[in-house]
Amino acid sequence: MNYAASANPEFTAKLPGWRATVLFGMLLIGMTGLFGRGVYLQGINHDFLQKKGDARYSRVIEVSAHRGMLSDRNGEPLAVSTPVESVWASPPDVEADRRQIKKLAQILGMDTEELKSRLFDTSRDFVYLKRQLPPDQVEKVVGLNVPGVSLLREYRRYYPSGEETAQTLGFTGQDDNGQEGMELALQEFLAGKPGSQRVIKDNRGFIVEDAGSLHPSKPGSDIVLSLDLNIQHLAYREVESAVRQHHAKAGAVVVLDAHTGEVLALANYPGYNPNNHGNISSKLMRNRAIADLFEPGSTMKPFTVATAIETGKVGPNTLINTEHGVFTVNNRKIHDAHPDAILTVGQVIQKSSNVGAAKIALLLKSQTLWQGLSDSGFGSQTGSNFPGEASGKLRDPKTWRPIEQATMAYGHGISVNLLQLARAYTIFANDGELKPISLLKLNAPVTGKKVFSDHTVRALRNMMEMVVLPGGTAPLAQVAGYRVAGKTGTAHKLEDGHYVNHYIASFVGFAPVSDPRLVVAVMIDDPSGDEYYGGEVAAPVFSKVVGAALHQLNVPNDAPLNNVIAPPAEIVREEV
Amino acid sequence: MKGSFLGLCNFVLGKVEGFSRAHTLLLLVAVVLCALSVVTSQHKARKLFIELQKEKEFAQQMEVEWGQLRLEQSTWATPARVEMIAGKQLQMQLPKNGQVQFIRANPEGATQQQ
Repeated sequence: MNYAASANPEFTAKLPGWRATVLFGMLLIGMTGLFGRGVYLQGINHDFLQKKGDARYSRVIEVSAHRGMLSDRNGEPLAVSTPVESVWASPPDVEADRRQIKKLAQILGMDTEELKSRLFDTSRDFVYLKRQLPPDQVEKVVGLNVPGVSLLREYRRYYPSGEETAQTLGFTGQDDNGQEGMELALQEFLAGKPGSQRVIKDNRGFIVEDAGSLHPSKPGSDIVLSLDLNIQHLAYREVESAVRQHHAKAGAVVVLDAHTGEVLALANYPGYNPNNHGNISSKLMRNRAIADLFEPGSTMKPFTVATAIETGKVGPNTLINTEHGVFTVNNRKIHDAHPDAILTVGQVIQKSSNVGAAKIALLLKSQTLWQGLSDSGFGSQTGSNFPGEASGKLRDPKTWRPIEQATMAYGHGISVNLLQLARAYTIFANDGELKPISLLKLNAPVTGKKVFSDHTVRALRNMMEMVVLPGGTAPLAQVAGYRVAGKTGTAHKLEDGHYVNHYIASFVGFAPVSDPRLVVAVMIDDPSGDEYYGGEVAAPVFSKVVGAALHQLNVPNDAPLNNVIAPPAEIVREEV
Repeated sequence: MKGSFLGLCNFVLGKVEGFSRAHTLLLLVAVVLCALSVVTSQHKARKLFIELQKEKEFAQQMEVEWGQLRLEQSTWATPARVEMIAGKQLQMQLPKNGQVQFIRANPEGATQQQ
């Protein structure tokens, strides 16, 4: 059926044979071209094109992971991360007129010129305008709808208990990494690991399919600390009022659970607000109870005496000749505030006699005394894992001269931190067992190291209970309804290697004596009022904290309620 | 068109022993149905996934809100604030010594309560 031919036979006749060949050739070339192109796209360039194609709908999105929460032992939140928005700009994309810039500056509380310079700094692709905005400001920025200005979700950490727990918890930096305190110590556990995920999005931006997770995200773990927020508050309140009352530089209180070594409270005054720690000096940030060393003074005496009783050199009622208050060793005089001729070992503790303690120490070999102090945890870490913990110094006994051994007996020439001191007193609260310190809540009590025998510990407990009775150095430490025991300390501060007339007043004790539940250590740095003795400045803090904390913990009374015996006008002072 | 396609099918399957035209047709229908159901289930899956994604987002939002509410609650309930309000506004005071009675059901129970 040759229609063409029938329509125009002459035309057909004129067609030369080469035209078919040319046409065939052209088709062949075309086909080769197409085939080649196909090979090029499908084979050689496949990966690149596939990627480009995927990029149209497949996206890798970041899966954020928030930082874990810190809570106290009863589950009260202490540090919580919550998302906030930060405003950022991409300068090359910014399109804003003067009015908009002015408004934006107003919302962000920034200088218009500064904002302008940031918005049009085309050398950068990303510039923060303001980080961590409150939600109402965020809404206004969104309402302004300036092209090139966007929001970025970040996490910000809040500390509801504020300055009461500031130095203990520490804080995090802009990027939610721990920088101080427990936030730093627990960084590894608290920090979440952001992950990424490949997803397929449709044209409206909805994620329509999960195309596999590249790195799974891992939120940070929540951690329960050993602190008890109520006791922490009591401790902070009392240390604050004592520091104010005595015009002191600073103060710290440590409350330990006597059975487990858990830290129930760790308060420092003055504090700072961790929710806004912009320009706080590092001095304020330091946790004095852990990072600062001081010469403990008389709070060391119980350990000297315990070592002596343990080795059998003396008993609680052994008489010590206290030389009417002056005793010379290596041409240096050791003084007592109370010129007694003879005291029992118990009275040496009760009245805090330096001469007595020195004499007892000199009965011992230096190695023995060193061992006793070292076993009590002095000169070593407490196990709290707190960043910046100072372990204190306990010199090699081979280098001790007799005068040094004598002064060491009453806490000079040795440096400790308050936590260490509190920990050492768990020995007396715990039938001779030294407990490791924990800032995390423990599920089961840990067994500590037995340092002194039950017999020695019982003797020391009795002596330390005498301290708070009239005739002792700390009648102000008494608590109505509970038997308490402890030891005062007053020490000259060291400045550039010299003792100066500034003091550190301290008191360490435990209660109730019948079954000790709490160990409380109080340290007041440089009280510059009329009173500066441990028994006058630190003991009342101890009394108030212990009384309130025992009530808080529902500990039944172990003494009649009228047990507080009013101290005589002049309380027994210790020589410093 | 259909004929030529069937022809192609026959060309592919025809060599298999015992396959009649009817069999081929049946298989063809099955294949088409499967293909369509793949498309529909993919569509359904995506729809459900979008829903899941929305719910997840909602859950996350709720979690954030929960965190914020806890934060708010604990900020209002700090011991310092409670103490101040109790003392100043409500004129409350701590029970004095002697006003507190400790009740011990039995020695065991008492120690447990502590």
